[in-house]
Amino acid sequence: MDFLFSPWPWYIAGPVIGLTVPLLLLLGNKNLGISSTLRQICAACVPGDIPLFNYDWKKDSWNLIFAVGLVLGGVLGGIVFANPAPVAISTNTMSYFNSLGLHDLSGLMPIELFNWPSLLSLKGFLMMIVGGFLVGFGTRYAGGCTSGHGILGLSALQWPSLIAIVCFFAGGVVCNHLILPLILAL
Amino acid sequence: MKSIKYLLVGLIFGLAITKGEAISWYRIQEMFRFESFHMFGIFMTAVPTGALGLFLIRRLKLKTIEGEIAIMPVKKYHHGVIIGSLIFGFGWALTGACPGPLYAQIGSGYSVVIVTLISAILGTWTFGRFQKYLAD
Repeated sequence: MDFLFSPWPWYIAGPVIGLTVPLLLLLGNKNLGISSTLRQICAACVPGDIPLFNYDWKKDSWNLIFAVGLVLGGVLGGIVFANPAPVAISTNTMSYFNSLGLHDLSGLMPIELFNWPSLLSLKGFLMMIVGGFLVGFGTRYAGGCTSGHGILGLSALQWPSLIAIVCFFAGGVVCNHLILPLILAL
Repeated sequence: MKSIKYLLVGLIFGLAITKGEAISWYRIQEMFRFESFHMFGIFMTAVPTGALGLFLIRRLKLKTIEGEIAIMPVKKYHHGVIIGSLIFGFGWALTGACPGPLYAQIGSGYSVVIVTLISAILGTWTFGRFQKYLAD
């Protein structure tokens, strides 16, 4: 039964993720996109008089149900069938983490950084609160995220999505190499 | 009850990104350092799978289960695609998550990510609030 707990190799996870594109289309004529759930929540809770949030959000409420599924998928994959071993990252990345002062590399995320008390530290504030804000702001500005542009947009051969994914990476590479070491040194 | 199917597809997607470790902060940093093929392998198999699915739907003129003609996705270019994507890239590297993984990280037991998710919602709201002042 070990296979239930072991992580999925890329050649299993990738095709399963990709299959959700035609699946959502055939099951309900829906386009995969997860950053739109953030917009949905804004429209449902605090639309104000902001044009972006004034639409019939209930018509698109399928994606909120989809988001609940994502949480349940996390429970199933990350708790019920959690991989007991650390993530098998490359030794180069591991020594990079060690050089940044991260030593507990268990689980899916470093618990030294992502915990409730650290929200009150500057480091935790920058990583979780500022980081989250940039994710929400940036994806809406870009009109999609890794799923909407990266998976769906590229699958549909939309050239703006190719620009988007190149820019996702440009931002991420700069942040990883230049900003992250500064924040973790705080 | 018709929407239970979306719960199921969400669960499959969530399970795949969790077991595939695409929600792992470690994997995201490793990806941005180009030190492993893992995440690139996921993209390089997910995209052709999705593309093949869309191609077959178009070629075979498959209808949805409701009998509708499938609406093919269109992504329009505007300058936000560049500016917004760069901003998101920073957030992705800090949190180790794009919007989908935020939900799955919470499910995986990292309860503090609820705060990150709320902050992301606030980010989206702030974009909406100031959209008229931003370059399109």
